[in-house]
Amino acid sequence: MRKTRLMGAALRRLAAAMTSGMALCLVAITLCCVSVQDAHADALDDALAKFSTDRFPDTQAAIQELAATATPRAGAILDALAASKLSFDPATKMLYLTAASGLVEAKTGAPASGISESQLKRVRLNNGVRSVLQAAQGALTLLSPDPAKRLSGAEAVFKSRDLTALPNVELALAAEKEPRIRMAFEQARAAILLTDKAQDDIKRLGAIDIIKARGDQDAVSLLATIAGASEGRVKLAAEEAAKSIQARLALWGNVQNIWYGLSLGSVLLLAAIGLAITFGVMGIINMAHGEMVMLGAYTTFVVQEWIRAHSPALFDYSLFIAIPLAFIITGVIGILIERVIIRHLYGRPLETLLATFGLSLILQQAVRSLFGANNREVGAPSFMSGSFDLGGLAITSGRMWIIVFSLAVFASLLAVLRMTSFGLRMRAVTQNRRMASAMGIDTNRIDALAFGLGSGIAGIAGVALSQIDNVSPNLGQSYIIDSFMVVVFGGVGNLWGTLVAALSLGIANKFLEPFAGAVLGKILLLVFIILFIQKRPRGLFALKGRAVEA
Amino acid sequence: MLFSRRSMLRATSAMIGGAMALASVGAQAADTIKVGILHSLSGTMAISETTLKDVMLMLIEEQNKKGGVLGKKLEAVVVDPASNWPLFAEKARELVAKDKVAAVFGCWTSVSRKSVLPVFEELNSILFYPVQYEGEESQRNVFYTGAAPNQQAIPAVDYLMSKDGGEVKRWVLAGTDYVYPRTTNKILEAYLKSKGVKAEDIMINYTPFGHSDWQTIVADIKKFGSAGKKTAVVSTINGDANVPFYKELGNQGLKATDIPVVAFSVGEEELAGIDTKPLVGHLAAWNYFQSVDDAANKDFIAKWKAFTKNPKRVTNDPMEAHVIGFSMWIKAIEKAGTTDTNAVIDALIGVSVPNLTGGYSTMMPNHHITKPVLIGEVQADGQFNTVWQTPGTVVAEEWSPHLDGSKDLISDWRKPLNCGNFNVKTGKCGGKS
Repeated sequence: MRKTRLMGAALRRLAAAMTSGMALCLVAITLCCVSVQDAHADALDDALAKFSTDRFPDTQAAIQELAATATPRAGAILDALAASKLSFDPATKMLYLTAASGLVEAKTGAPASGISESQLKRVRLNNGVRSVLQAAQGALTLLSPDPAKRLSGAEAVFKSRDLTALPNVELALAAEKEPRIRMAFEQARAAILLTDKAQDDIKRLGAIDIIKARGDQDAVSLLATIAGASEGRVKLAAEEAAKSIQARLALWGNVQNIWYGLSLGSVLLLAAIGLAITFGVMGIINMAHGEMVMLGAYTTFVVQEWIRAHSPALFDYSLFIAIPLAFIITGVIGILIERVIIRHLYGRPLETLLATFGLSLILQQAVRSLFGANNREVGAPSFMSGSFDLGGLAITSGRMWIIVFSLAVFASLLAVLRMTSFGLRMRAVTQNRRMASAMGIDTNRIDALAFGLGSGIAGIAGVALSQIDNVSPNLGQSYIIDSFMVVVFGGVGNLWGTLVAALSLGIANKFLEPFAGAVLGKILLLVFIILFIQKRPRGLFALKGRAVEA
Repeated sequence: MLFSRRSMLRATSAMIGGAMALASVGAQAADTIKVGILHSLSGTMAISETTLKDVMLMLIEEQNKKGGVLGKKLEAVVVDPASNWPLFAEKARELVAKDKVAAVFGCWTSVSRKSVLPVFEELNSILFYPVQYEGEESQRNVFYTGAAPNQQAIPAVDYLMSKDGGEVKRWVLAGTDYVYPRTTNKILEAYLKSKGVKAEDIMINYTPFGHSDWQTIVADIKKFGSAGKKTAVVSTINGDANVPFYKELGNQGLKATDIPVVAFSVGEEELAGIDTKPLVGHLAAWNYFQSVDDAANKDFIAKWKAFTKNPKRVTNDPMEAHVIGFSMWIKAIEKAGTTDTNAVIDALIGVSVPNLTGGYSTMMPNHHITKPVLIGEVQADGQFNTVWQTPGTVVAEEWSPHLDGSKDLISDWRKPLNCGNFNVKTGKCGGKS
C-alpha cells in the first residue's frame, strides 16, 4: 500500500516536472518565433518604407527586398504596383493599395480607414523599375498552381536571369510535371547558369545547348550578350550557337515575309474587292470608294460605342454586329449615289471621276464635322489581339483573321455573282447591256444594286481595316490608289485577277521592303506596274470576247 | 443711253451703301486688334491643327474678359488653309494684307511654315509657330515657340543613355520620310557618333506618310534589338502612321522593358485614338505634359474643358506653345504700347512669361524660347507620367552644332547684329559655311 502511494507521489512529481519543462520549452519556442516574426516584420517594414520615397532606385530596392521577405502579402503588393494601384500617404508614409473592394492597407490587407485616394500619391514606375518588378513577380509565381502563371514566371526569370532566383527555379523544376513548362524552367535555369560567371565551363556549355534548342530571337539576344562578356570555350560555343540559330531564323524569315505579304495582300484585296465590282465590272471610276471604306470603319466605331455604353458583355461580338450594319449603311449610300449622281454620267468617265472625287471630299468633311477630326478608338475583340508562334513564325491573331475574312468575302462575292439570279443579271448587263435589256432585265435597277453591292463590300472592308489602321476621316484616301492599282493590275472585270494581283503585290512589296526600304519599295512597285501595263494594257487576266469591245 | 435713269439711281445708291459699309468696317477695325489664326480645319492636318484653333479662340476670349489689350478688344480672324501648302501662303496674304491682322498664330508642318515665310517677310508681319521642328532656321518675322531639336531630341537620347533610361547602346532611328525626321535624324546620328556609338549600332528607317503596314519593320527592329545590347527606338514617325505602328508593337509583343520607343510626335491627342494598355512604358519627349502637377496647368486644363464643353478633351505640347506665345505677344504689345510690327518684334525679345510646367519661358534673341525638357512614359489611361526632366530650361540651338552646314552659324535679331544666320567664321551675315 505505502509503496504504491510512494510510487504514485514520485510519478506525480515527475509529471509535474515534465509539464513545467514542456511549458518552458513552449515559452522558448514561442519567444523564438516572436523574434523571427519581428525580424520578418522589420525587413517588411524596411522594404515597404522604401516605396514611399518617390525615387526610382529606392523603389527597385524595395521590390527586391519585399520579394526576399517571402511574406504572403508580397504577391498582392507587387501585382498592385504593376497595375499602378499602389500608393502612399505623403504625410504618414503608409502604403495603400486599391483593391476591387476599395482602398486597403498594403501591409495587412485590412480596409483603410480615415483616408481617401485623393490624399495619396501613386508609386511611380519607369522601365528600370518595371524590369525588376517583372523579375520579382516571375520568381514569386514559379510555384503557382496556375500553369499559365508558372510559364510566364519562367519566361520572366529567363529574361531577368536573376542569380537569386536559381534555388526557386530548381525547386520548381523538381516539382514540375508538365513537359512544356518543364522546358521553360530548364531554359530559365540555363539562362541563369550561363550568366553566372562563377559556374564552371561544363555547366555553362550545357546551358548553351539548352538555349540553342530554344532557337528564337530571345535566345540569340542572350547568346550574343554572353559571347560579348565571356572568354575561351564559352565565348566560342555561344557565338557558334547564335550563328546557327540566326541561320535557321533567316530561313524562317523568308516564310515570315510570305506571311506578311499575304497579310498585306489581304488588306489590299479587301480594299480593292468592292472596286472590282464598281470599276472592274461596271466601269465606273469611283473616287469615293475609299470613303465607303471609311464609313464602314466609322460604323464599327459607333457600334462599339453603343456596346460600351449599353452592354459591355457583347464587346467581343461587336465586329459581327458591325459587319451587316456596315454593309447595309454603305450599300444604301452607294445606291443613293448611283441614283442621284452617277446615273447621269454613264459613258462620261472624266465627269464621273471629277464628280466622285468631289463627293469623296464632301463625305470626308461631313464625317469630320460629325465625329471630329481626331482619330477614334476602335478596340480589338479578345480573339483578335495578341500573337502566337507557329514553328519559327510569329503570327498576330488580328492579321490572321483579316486574311481569313478577306478570303471569305471574296468567296461569297464570287458565289453571289455565279450562283444567284442577281449575279446572272448583273453579268448579263455588264457584258451586253442592250441584249440584257431586250431580255427583260431592268438594267437601271441592276446598275443601282450592283453599285450598292460594291459599296457595301467596301463598307465591310472598313470594319476589318478599323482593326489595323486609324479610324479618321482620311482613312479612305490612303487606300484608293492601292485599290485602283490592284484592280488595273489584275485585269479589269475579273475577280480572280483582283485576288491574284492583291496577293502578289502584297508579297512583292514585303520582299522589296527589307532591301529597298518602305519608300523606295513602293516606288519600285509602281514603276513595275506602269511597265507591265505598257506591255499588257488589260492587266494580268484580260477578258476576252465581245465584252472587251463594248 | 445704255442705263435708264432708274437703274442709274439704284447703282449710285448701292455704291454709296457700299462705301458706308466699308467705312463702318474701317471704324470697327480701329476698335479691335485683329489676330489671325492660320490652322488647317480640313484635310490631313485637321486632326492636329483644329485643336490649336480652338485654344487660340479660348485665349482671345479670356484676354477680352480681362479687358483686351491697350484698351482694345481682340478679334480672331480664322481662315482654313485646308492642309494645302500653297493655300497657306494665299491665306496668310489674305490675313495680313486684307484683314490687317496684328499677328498670326499658325502652321503645323514645316512645309506650311516655309510656304508662308516669304509672305510674312514681304508684308512685314508676325507669325507665332507652335510646333517642335527640325531647326536650321531663324527668320525675323517668325517666333518659334515649339522646340528646336536640342530642346527635345537630344535630351531624350541623353536620358536613354543614362542609367535611369536603361543605358541604351543600340539605336533605331525610325521616321516618316520628310524634312523634320530627316534633319532630326541627321543631327541625332552625328550626336550619337560623337558619343562613341558605332555606325553598325545605328539603324535608320524611313516610311511613307500614312504608312499602315508595319509588320516587316517591327520584325526588323526586333531582330536588330537581339544583338545582346540594350536597344531603343527613336521615333519621328508622323501623327497618323503612329496608331498602326504602336498597334503592331503591341501585337508582336515588343514591350517597353525590352525595346523602349521614344517618340517626338506622339502626344496626348494622338494617344486618344489607341488602346494604350500594351504601350505602357513607351516614352515621349516634350516640353509639356497634361499630367504635369502644377497649379497654372490645372487651371488651364479646367478652362479648356469648360471652353470645349467636353470633360474628356486632352491638352498637349503645341497648345502650351500657343499659350506661351500668346501671353508673350500680349506682354510685348503692352511693353511697346503699340501693335506696330517693328516695335512688337523688338519688344518681344527678352519677354519672359510663366509656362505651364511651373517655370518661366523667355524669348531669346534667336526668336526661339527657353523650355524645360520632360520625358514621359505612356500610362494605361492615355496620359504621360514624367520620369525625368532637365533641371532648368534649355536654350534653343536653332543652328545645330552637330551639322556641318550650320555649326558656325548663330542668330541674333538684336541690334547691331540683326541677323538670322551670322557666320562666326567668315564674320558675314547670310552665309551657310
